[in-house]
Amino acid sequence: MADLETVERVKEIDVDKYKYGFKTEIESELAPKGLSEDIVRYISAKKDEPEWMLEWRLAAYRRWLTMEEPDWARVDYPKIDFQDLHFYAAPKTTEGPKSLDEVDPVLLETYAKLGIPLKEQELLAGVRKHDEPSQLDDAGVPSYGSGKVAIDAVFDSVSVVTTFKEELAKAGVIFCSISEAVKEHPELVKKYLGSVVPQSDNYYATLNSAVFSDGSFVYIPKGTRCPMELSTYFRINEENTGQFERTLIIADEGSYVSYLEGCTAPMRDENQLHAAVVELVTLDDAEIKYSTVQNWYPGDADGKGGIYNFVTKRGDCRGKNSKISWTQVETGSAITWKYPSCILRGDNSQGEFYSIAISNGRQQVDSGTKMIHLGKNTSSRIISKGISAGKSSNTYRGLVSAHRKASNARNFTQCDSLLIGDQCGAHTVPYIEAKNSTATFEHEATTSKISDDQMFYAQQRGLNEEEAVALIVNGFVRDVLQQLPMEFMAETQKLIGISLEGSVG
Amino acid sequence: MSILEIKNLHVKIEGEDTEILRGIDLTVNPGEVHAIMGPNGSGKSTLSYVLSGKDDYEITEGSVTYKGDDLLEMEVDERASAGVFLAFQYPIEIPGVPTMTFLRTALNAQRKARGEEELTTPAFMKVVREKSQMLKIRQEMLKRPVNVGFSGGEKKRAEILQMAVLEPSLCVLDETDSGLDIDALKIVAEGVNALRSPERAMVVITHYQRLLNYIVPDHVHVLSQGRIVKSGGKELALELEESGYENFTEQAA
Ligand SMILES: Nc1ncnc2c1ncn2[C@@H]1O[C@H](COP(=O)(O)OP(=O)(O)OP(=O)(O)O)[C@@H](O)[C@H]1O
Ligand SMILES: [Mg+2]
Repeated sequence: MADLETVERVKEIDVDKYKYGFKTEIESELAPKGLSEDIVRYISAKKDEPEWMLEWRLAAYRRWLTMEEPDWARVDYPKIDFQDLHFYAAPKTTEGPKSLDEVDPVLLETYAKLGIPLKEQELLAGVRKHDEPSQLDDAGVPSYGSGKVAIDAVFDSVSVVTTFKEELAKAGVIFCSISEAVKEHPELVKKYLGSVVPQSDNYYATLNSAVFSDGSFVYIPKGTRCPMELSTYFRINEENTGQFERTLIIADEGSYVSYLEGCTAPMRDENQLHAAVVELVTLDDAEIKYSTVQNWYPGDADGKGGIYNFVTKRGDCRGKNSKISWTQVETGSAITWKYPSCILRGDNSQGEFYSIAISNGRQQVDSGTKMIHLGKNTSSRIISKGISAGKSSNTYRGLVSAHRKASNARNFTQCDSLLIGDQCGAHTVPYIEAKNSTATFEHEATTSKISDDQMFYAQQRGLNEEEAVALIVNGFVRDVLQQLPMEFMAETQKLIGISLEGSVG
Repeated sequence: MSILEIKNLHVKIEGEDTEILRGIDLTVNPGEVHAIMGPNGSGKSTLSYVLSGKDDYEITEGSVTYKGDDLLEMEVDERASAGVFLAFQYPIEIPGVPTMTFLRTALNAQRKARGEEELTTPAFMKVVREKSQMLKIRQEMLKRPVNVGFSGGEKKRAEILQMAVLEPSLCVLDETDSGLDIDALKIVAEGVNALRSPERAMVVITHYQRLLNYIVPDHVHVLSQGRIVKSGGKELALELEESGYENFTEQAA
């Protein structure tokens, strides 16, 4: 992911429009279809989990049986048959993290196709040479930093390999798969798992709690600045699998970490379910910056296939002066249902949400954030840029609330929508609740279209229609793009162009 | 071979009846600078838009040949890559896109379309630095989004910078002098003159003879009510400055 040439390389693979739509032929081990207590036990046994973890899963499963699938989002899809899904798939040859040399070369090749230079990563300890100038940056922007990224790649349900472990271990940072953490760091997992997104939180989160397969675990010790960007790369390969990752990141007092998440999936006719849960915890004076580039398969032009992306992401600013920042670039998936949120519990804590959500074809996006102000002097900032093209639907749904005790809560929200063509829809649904009279909430919203004059101007300078759209849209989302780590920025700019292909003309 | 050959060009606004260009004939050869003058609403900008391929216009009669090819058959970006450049009377703002990025994207798009290699960052930066120095444009300005918040004069200078970087064969300048102060006018004119070459041709639309003191034209044409009513040498511009368009408008009517 974190490689400038990724898109180029993947382009060469050229499968229809969706550039990541290839399937890796490797044997995998599947759970029988369907969901039952036995399946939950099967998953837990596969992972060789301690009893307490199994009990936790079973409690969630029993809870889930009593819940109804939510229908309030502005998305429309046929009912999911949970008995027709495999809830666990693992590449057969890799049961758990190993050293790179032992990893199935076919897998590594897949990652290479995706542009994750795992092998090079360990060899070169970087994605790009120090003196190499960036190809896409603007005048005056310094070239990329150290470019070090540690990757925890999740292939279907199993974390295949974690790079850079040793260097991180020196700093005291724990970065491993969640399955490994359950075994190696049970005290941390017990303390924090489900403490931000409770088992009973919502339908998909509860389902995830019962059957989560793998995901990443990060712990940054007190006073530590994580020496590199951490990254997870998710990919759904097996047919009819639901992918249920579970990610838990804890930043202990005075620590800092930046975490990147990228997602792709091969093209398929059937829809695939993806219901992840991400929990972030910051203690006093700690900061987590969490960035996502989501590029799951969106389905074909008629809306066939594609990923159902029902994700629960929440951060808890548990300590005073702590900060959580979400940045997301959502270009893929047939349906996106996702509201990365911040609970501003500690006094003076800060929450941020920067979002670019692009919908094209028949994609449906219902996304936004919740900023829950509980502590004193808490502040939050929301910048959302929605781009709708084709016959897609794009909804921003946001909640900003101030608790009775949250004196001087501040929020600034800016919500901009850009329409391409006249068959798409953009909606903004902001909820505001201030139970404290000292709260100051500001909300700005705009809706615009790409103007013919802008298109003509850009084309008169030599850009073709698609290049002109990509350029104008990249300008529109610039404020958010700049929040991304450098490694993501150039690639994201290209990705934006790719996801809008065919949106005009 | 001429660069541009316009024959009996008639143009309407799409969906409307009135003709705006009513039979234009104009031949522009390599190395030449043609000035087009004429009252407000006579069709000068319309001509520049038709040459660059803007939608909204319907060509009802006539032909336009560019370096031997049918220009009217080409897409907007094809014309640009083939070397047709329009300096806009009212340059368009593109929020969030730094001018530098725009320049580079445009140059590389054109090079790609012509089957040339993209310029490397250092090579591109060198070109931009040289050209912007000549036009006294500070590098700071190039980091700002395209035309957003630029003063009238800055916008015009930025247009000429784009022209200088893209090195077109046919430059159409639509009232590039309006909004420029006296010093800026000189700087811009020098920039334009620096681009004059035996291979390149220019069509300079202006209301003021003053610009033509700096960019000395080979031919001057008076456009009135959609027709070229008089053509002459550079002295025609002086004549117009004295007596106005009145005589010509009557002739055309
Ligand atoms: N899109 C349009 N719809 C309707 N009328 C138009 C349109 N574009 C141009 N016109 C009309 O065509 C005529 C010629 O306009 P044009 O802009 O070409 O004039 P001009 O010679 O450039 O004038 P100026 O010196 O004021 O710039 C004007 O009467 C104008 O109102
Ligand atoms: Mg005009």
